[in-house]
Amino acid sequence: MANALTFPTREPHQAFRLSMLLNDSRYRSYTIQIFVLMCLMLGIAWLADNTVRNLALLGKDFSFSFLWSTAGYDINQRLIAYDTQMTHGRAALVGLLNTVVLAVLSCVLATIIGVIAGVLRLSGNPIVARLMTVYVELFRNIPLLLWILVFGAIMSEAVPAPNAFKGENATASMIFGAVAITNRGVFIPEPLFARDLGTLNLGIVEPSLNALVILLVVIGCVLVNRALMRRASQVQSQTGIRPATWWKSAIILAAPPLLLLWAFGFYLGYPELRGFNFQGGLQLRNSLIAMWLGLSIYTGAFIAENVRAGILAISRGQTEAAHALGLRPGKTMRLVILPQALRVIVPPLISQYLNITKNTSLGLAVGYMDLRSTLGGITINQTGRELEGMLLIMLIYLSLSLIISGSMNVYNARVGLKER
Amino acid sequence: MKKSLFLATLGVVALLSGTATAGTLDEVKARGKLNCGVSSGTAGFSTPDAKGVWQGFDVAFCRAVAAAVLGDPMKVEFVPTTGQTRFTALASGEIDVLSRATTWTFSRDTDLKLTFAGTNFYDGQAFLVKKELGVSSAKDLNGATVCIQSGTTTELNLAEYFRINKMSYEPVPVDSSAEGERQYQAGACDVYTSDGSNLASVRASFKNPPDHVILPEIISKEPLGPIVRQGDEQWADIVHWTLSALFAAEELGVTKANADQLADGSDNPEINRLLGKEGDLGKMLGLDADWARRAIAAGGNYGEIFATNLGDQTPIRLERGLNALWTKGGLMYAQPFR
Repeated sequence: MANALTFPTREPHQAFRLSMLLNDSRYRSYTIQIFVLMCLMLGIAWLADNTVRNLALLGKDFSFSFLWSTAGYDINQRLIAYDTQMTHGRAALVGLLNTVVLAVLSCVLATIIGVIAGVLRLSGNPIVARLMTVYVELFRNIPLLLWILVFGAIMSEAVPAPNAFKGENATASMIFGAVAITNRGVFIPEPLFARDLGTLNLGIVEPSLNALVILLVVIGCVLVNRALMRRASQVQSQTGIRPATWWKSAIILAAPPLLLLWAFGFYLGYPELRGFNFQGGLQLRNSLIAMWLGLSIYTGAFIAENVRAGILAISRGQTEAAHALGLRPGKTMRLVILPQALRVIVPPLISQYLNITKNTSLGLAVGYMDLRSTLGGITINQTGRELEGMLLIMLIYLSLSLIISGSMNVYNARVGLKER
Repeated sequence: MKKSLFLATLGVVALLSGTATAGTLDEVKARGKLNCGVSSGTAGFSTPDAKGVWQGFDVAFCRAVAAAVLGDPMKVEFVPTTGQTRFTALASGEIDVLSRATTWTFSRDTDLKLTFAGTNFYDGQAFLVKKELGVSSAKDLNGATVCIQSGTTTELNLAEYFRINKMSYEPVPVDSSAEGERQYQAGACDVYTSDGSNLASVRASFKNPPDHVILPEIISKEPLGPIVRQGDEQWADIVHWTLSALFAAEELGVTKANADQLADGSDNPEINRLLGKEGDLGKMLGLDADWARRAIAAGGNYGEIFATNLGDQTPIRLERGLNALWTKGGLMYAQPFR
């Protein structure tokens, strides 16, 4: 009660009046917020009501049952078993997997291109630096769709047809007898196993057991190798001398997978020309290549700028200090600059990965059968379920993007500055 | 209190948004032009000429409807659509009539809530290949790469045909006929499949048409015709009877040249009824008595439209075949005007 004499801790009680909702600054903000919220809800309600009424006017109902009816159309690139007698839902899944594959391939390639171009743009060599500037400005400033179409046109117009590989005086030949670049796509050897363990039936997808076992073994090897590295770092911090680990790493990483491949009877299936086209091998279709190159090189230009910004954000003193310690430029970049630059690079990189994932929906332009072309294109067209199909597609892209940004945020938290 | 206010506002909004929509005929008249969905460039069917004026078989039909409804065949706004966008454009009201080589199928008629106003072209799916491939039958196409327009019935027919004949193929989906032609000419596919009429039109546009053959197999029935939204019977009737008037005109010998003269009266009561001299058929349709004469004068009767856009004198060189009048061995048949 001592300070109650000088500071009144409680305002005098005042009866609540309706006018206080507008005049009293304590309540006004709530009034405004509730008003805006109501407007928003009204807007949504109006949209929903309008949709329901118009659907009723057209005599259409709102139902997802079309996902279980027979699709009837073919999809050229499929990672899981699919034929025309399967359902629209299955076709959508095939499309979704195609979207994911394209997104992953493009993210990887775009990152590689972006990091190299970003670092080279800061190179001391003026020719290299200027070339990278030209690359970045050229690709960044022309719409992505045009690049995709350009790559699509190059793949279908500028490379030989399969029958150019045929006959006595063939005008085209396979690279090393293994890779055929044709206007139907690029054919590369496919990995095959003489001793096949069959497939694991998970109901919807049936992954090959061989591939699963190899994947598990590789993951195991990487984990063991990391333990080895941790041990080496421990020894280094205790004694100052880092034990030689390279031959141990090489054995741990290479030997078990190679042994496993030998045990499975691994061999390569080469593509060969039969009838109209190459058979066997793995076919990377024109549409995939056009999309992959278009997305990667276009987005790589943006990533290059992020990388450059990240590197420039690290003060020059860091480089000088590293040089003073006797680190070579390559090691300076790898051990000192890049780890710090990653903190600046990763957040915008997440946006670029999201952009790539969403931009895969341009696949329709070159006939790439992604989610947009299957569920959002042919299925909607054959069943007339525009609203349901589009809502479903939006939901899937949203979930896909949230998963990517979620996992990238985890990575960002790991490379980020640990403030304690 | 807030809840009741919310509900009251919701009620008002619901009332406002629920106002009845006017009929398509009134909309078209108020707008002063007809919105007509066509394919985005198929020689002979719908393509802009050197002056940017749309020409072709599908275009001529829209001009006839515009002439009947608005009195001027040029008052048409042509909206290019793709196989994938056409039905959405129609359902959303962006176009009033879809005149775009669209196949009349059960599910489109019922489930997609479309009304087919009739058939103005009997077609069938065929295959176009380069002569140098040495293929003489569709049965030889096992393993071929096939370019196909996405979102069409041809896509489904193709899948079924290869399935039934136990052959495999590699589909290359394309977005439009133009893209399909480009891919086929570049050799990105061995075969281009589409409706026979479309293939004839595509082949006619090639530099050296005899280097390409259309295989003899017709693997589907494709009755093509104009389409309107379901639920507006008056508009559907207008489109249907405009089409019928064009057939009837050919049956009765009414042509672009003599329509005006015959409209003054003739000995044939059916011609008089058609051209509005007798009876009040136009009024029953919600139009004036002169509607059919204007529709015929726009581009001629069905036979004339066929001849000017697809016939012997054009690069497409299509025979009438099934599209001849029923009196001449074809399937074209006008419902009686009485």
